[in-house]
Order: sequence, then structure tokens, then C-alpha cells
Amino acid sequence: MEGFKKSLLACIWFMFLTFPLVVIRVDTAEKTVQWRWMHMLWVGLGAFLLSYVWRFMLKRKAMGRSATNPDGTPVVPFLQRLSANPPLARSIMAVIAIGALVFPWLFSTYQTNIMISAMIYIVLGLGLNIVVGLSGQLVLGYAAFYAAGAYSYALLNHHFGLGFWTALPLGAGAAALCGIILGIPVLRLRGDYLAIVTLGFGEIVRLVLENWNEFSMGPSGVSGISRPGLFSVELSVDGATTYIYYLMIGLVALTIFVINRLKNSRIGRAWLALREDEIACVAMGVDRMKTKLTAFALGATWAGMAGVVFAAKTTFINPASFTFMESAMILAIVVLGGMGSILGVSLAALLILLLPEYLRAFSEYRMLLFGATMVLFMVFRPQGLVSSERQRYEFKETKESQG
Amino acid sequence: MEYFLELFFGGLTRGSIYALIALGYTMVYGIIELINFAHGEIYMIGAFTGLIVAGVLTAMGFPALAILAVALVVAVVYCSAYGYTMEKIAYKPLRGANRLSPLISAIGMSIFLQNYVLLAQTPNFLPFPNLIGEFEFMEDYAHILGSANLVIILVTAAAMVALTLFIKYTRMGRAMRATAQNRKMAMLLGVNVDAVISLTFIIGSSLAAIGGVLIACHTGQINITIGFIAGIKAFTAAVLGGVGSIPGAMLGALVLGFTESFATGYISSDYEDVFAFGLLVLILIFRPSGLLGKAPTQKV
Repeated sequence: MEGFKKSLLACIWFMFLTFPLVVIRVDTAEKTVQWRWMHMLWVGLGAFLLSYVWRFMLKRKAMGRSATNPDGTPVVPFLQRLSANPPLARSIMAVIAIGALVFPWLFSTYQTNIMISAMIYIVLGLGLNIVVGLSGQLVLGYAAFYAAGAYSYALLNHHFGLGFWTALPLGAGAAALCGIILGIPVLRLRGDYLAIVTLGFGEIVRLVLENWNEFSMGPSGVSGISRPGLFSVELSVDGATTYIYYLMIGLVALTIFVINRLKNSRIGRAWLALREDEIACVAMGVDRMKTKLTAFALGATWAGMAGVVFAAKTTFINPASFTFMESAMILAIVVLGGMGSILGVSLAALLILLLPEYLRAFSEYRMLLFGATMVLFMVFRPQGLVSSERQRYEFKETKESQG
Repeated sequence: MEYFLELFFGGLTRGSIYALIALGYTMVYGIIELINFAHGEIYMIGAFTGLIVAGVLTAMGFPALAILAVALVVAVVYCSAYGYTMEKIAYKPLRGANRLSPLISAIGMSIFLQNYVLLAQTPNFLPFPNLIGEFEFMEDYAHILGSANLVIILVTAAAMVALTLFIKYTRMGRAMRATAQNRKMAMLLGVNVDAVISLTFIIGSSLAAIGGVLIACHTGQINITIGFIAGIKAFTAAVLGGVGSIPGAMLGALVLGFTESFATGYISSDYEDVFAFGLLVLILIFRPSGLLGKAPTQKV
């Protein structure tokens, strides 16, 4: 009964709250007013039901994460069971790998293109994951590095006719340079201030690209960027798409491999230490400047590479592709996937890119749901879809250690 | 000289609007150390609520100034309600979590509110009726200072004075200052911290609502994205003055308003936003505590 009352209150409150925006629509030019009372009914109904869910989730959160089976044994997460069973994990990996390899032969070019986009976002997510997830520096201007890569290839190709493979390292280098240029002045900043400065940086880069017509051709962007050719053989559109697809698979695999290795390296641990407690980390003798700058530069490098591939894939870029919303979306991928978790970020990128493609009805509400999901994840599951596992040393008890 | 005066008053108007929004940032930051990213969206919702009220009342045939008064009141009520609800949903459950979580939650809230208005209303630019009109006694000066600018400057000044008096002399104002200094201690001394935080969001949102309606009258059109840019600039103003300091936010907003006005007037208008962001980056790098802020001490 108590719950019913609360839900009723929530229902009335949200009907009041959304009343002017959802119900009334005015046309100031025609001086007409349109009343949409049905919408109010939906809002009320939704608020009533969702408030039950909200309270249930809050209660569950308050009880702690002591999820147990009916018989009292703790529930082992699926992934943990998986990693405890290497043969099964390996066979699942093999199935995914084979599926990914034959994908362009089974599906249309259109589908392949969507998969390429999804993989670009995997690389972007994993790159941002280095900066945000591993080293804990909240960067909100990540799209600027992505733009640096894309524009490097586009402009070098347009002015000097440079090919894809020459531009790939150059684009990555340009983005890394941007990362260092941004990284040096903001070394002293942390948390919120850092977030805002990087946001400002991202916006400045976009605004400069938009306004500096002689350099970047302004808001109309660069078009006619050439697709990558295979050993100087010109490929058809379909062929080039398939080619880029395999290239992206290679890039994703490389990214995952490198980040996996980095994570447990000396620098990776320095990042984790920096994320957990900056003062303690510096006190332990970690070079803060070097650690932060490598995080910025490496994170930016992946964005640069993704940018080059993006430019090659679409053959046309303009500043509108690199807005704050882009940065926010990549951040959403990292947050939803689970900061620091490679598998989680990849899954989140696939989900976020593919769901709206295949659920057309849902695509209108995509950004709305993004926002809501970001809030809900922070409230109920701050560790993301897949929480990243910290490396632990396990001491196996042997007779010698006991004796 | 006239051009200079025009730019001066233009800067003062901008500064006033930034100040109205910046106060919301700075007050929230002072109390819970959170950059309320969604604050700009509250301002946008204020402008849209004002537009809807204006549309309905115009259809009924009310006079312009009466409409402005009603629009301001309704926008303030609704924005306060939005601010209050937002705090309860997105920030309150996160108290005590690490620093990144509320910030990301705030970004999520901002995206959510923007798209909520997009779906409920329209993604297009909407014309906003000029509710302020032209005053007769201002005719001689209209080329330097429009009537809308005058109203904006006066209303802002009144709001600032009222807020300062509230913070200084009322019981609740004292509770707010206490909470900003040390939340735990305030709680121990019997301050209802939850109520203080809610009130902070309500006051900040009301000021943003006033700003939203007034600037919409001034610029004559609104769109769902106005909140983002205005929010960032107001945040710049807050940081410029020293985030957490109320007089600092006012000062910072004026400095930013003048910088933008003179830079676009004398240098180039293409890079209007670049000046603001550039100023923000420079301030944060060279004086992160702002003009009037205290240098933060690091506790281990």
C-alpha cells in the first residue's frame, strides 16, 4: 500500500513536470495551440510503473551486491565461470573469430559497412578507455583526436595525394601530437577541471575546422577522399568495403592485443595507480608527467587511426562529425562497457552501434535512451556491463608454505 | 565612442545572462562539488516553457508585459521542479561515490533532457515573441542599448541583490554557507543537509529559468541546443570568478561578457565561441582557483 501511494505520487509529479513540454505545442507564427492530452496519460502510466522498478532497484542496491542462489551459494558471474574454463572460452573466441572473418561473404555491403562503423567505435572506445578507464583522466574532447586523424588523411590525400597506408601512421602521429599538446598544459588539472578543459579543447578544434576555410575547407568539409587500394590496385566500392572490413578486424585485434599487454605492463600499472589515488601514486615514485602524457598520447593514437579509417570509409568528412555528442557517445561506450574492461567496451560499442541500426523504431529514441542509460548505470551499476578484473596474485597453499 | 558603448552594453547584457546561469553552477559546486552538466538544459527548458506560456496566452489575447510576467513565474516554477527532480534521481543516489560517477551521470542527464525536449517539442529553431517591446523613453538610446537589454540588466541586478541578501541574512542562507564549508560538520550541528542541497538546486534552476526566458526575448529564437553552449560559457564564467564563490561568478560572468563582446566587435565574429573557450582553457591552466576563489588545499 505504501508503495502504491509513492508510485501514485510519482505519477502525479511527473505528469505535472512534463505537462507544458509534452502536452502543449504552440506555433507562435500561426498563433495556434495544440493540446496532446494522450501524451500525459502515457507519461503518468510510465512514471507509475517505473517508480516501482526504481524503488525495487534502490532496495536491491541498498542490500548490497550479495547476490546468492536460493541454496545460499554466491552467484558466480558468467564471465568469471568462463575464464575459469579455458577450453570453453577458447572455443567461444574461435566461433566469434570465424564469424567475423566470413561476415562480408554472408551479408550485403550495407551490413558490412555497419559492422565497420561498429568496429571503428570499438577502437575509439578502447582508445578512450586508456585515458578514462585505465588512467582515470576524464577527457570530454576525444572527438578532437578522432578529427585530427580523419583530417590528416583527408587533407594529405587532397593536397598531396598521399595513400592510405602512408597516412595511417601520419594520422596516428598527428593525433598523438594533439594528445601531447593538450596533455602538457593540463597536467596539473584533475577531475572536473580536466573534463571541462578537454571539452573546451574539443570545441575549439571543431570551431577552427569549421571557420578556417583555407585550411580545412570550412563547414562543407573535404570530399573525394580516396579509398585504400590493395597494392596499387583500384578496388570497386564493394571490394573496398570488404577490404576496409578486414583492415578493421586487424586494427581491432591489434588494439585489443596492445591494450591487453599495456594493462599489465609497468606503465599500465602506473595508470591504474594514478586512477586510484594520484597523491599516493606520486609518493610511490611514479613519474606523474610521463604517466599522464603517455596515457594521453596513446589514447589519442587510436583515435587518430580510427579517424583515418573513418575518412577512408566515408570518403567525405566535415566538422559536423566531430561534435561534443560524438565525444559523449564514445564516453558512453566506455562507461556502459565498464571502465578499464576490454571485453565490456567492445560489447558496449557493438550494442550502441548495432541496436539502433536493427531496431529502426528505437533509433528515434536512441540519444534519449543513451542519456537515461548513462544515469542509470552510474546509479545502479557504476562498474559497467563487464567489470574489469584486477590482476591478483594467488598464493597457492602448498606443504612448504605451511611448514 | 558610440560603437564602444554599444559593445559595452552588449557585453553587460551577455554578462548578466551568464551570471544568472553561472550562479547555479557555482552554488551547486560550492555545496556538493559537482559540475552540474545538465544545468544548461534547465536554462533551455526555461526558455521553452516561456515560449509555451507565451504561445498559449497570446492565443488568448493577453498584453505582452503580463505575458512576460506569467512566463517568468511559470518558467521559474517548472525549472525549480526539474532541478529538484534531477537532483533526486541523478545525483542523490550517487553521494559518496567516486568523483567521476556524478559527473558522468550529469552528462547523461544533459543528453537525456536535450533529447526529451527534442522529442516532446521540435528539433527546429522556434521564433520567440518579443515580450519586452520598445520603451518610449529609450527611443533616443535605442542604437546603444535596446529595451530588452535594459530589462535583462535590471532584472539580473535585482536577482543578484536578492540572492546576496538571502545568503547573508536568512537562516537557510546561513545553513547553505555552513554546508558549503563543511558538509559533515553542518550535519552534526543539525543542518538538514538534504534540504539545503535541494534548495540550492531550486535556486540555481530558478535563476537559469529567468535567464532562459529573458535571453529568448532578446535573441528572438530558441532551439534545443542553446542550453549546451550557454551552459559551457556560464561554467567558464563560474570558473573564471572562482568556482564556489558567488561574487566570483558574477564578476567572472561580466569579464566573459565583455571579452566576448569586445573581441567579436573589434577582432572577428567567426571565432566568438573560440574566445570564450580559449579564455576558459587559459584561466584553468594559469589560475585554476579563479579570480576570487581560494586555492584548493589537498587533503591526503
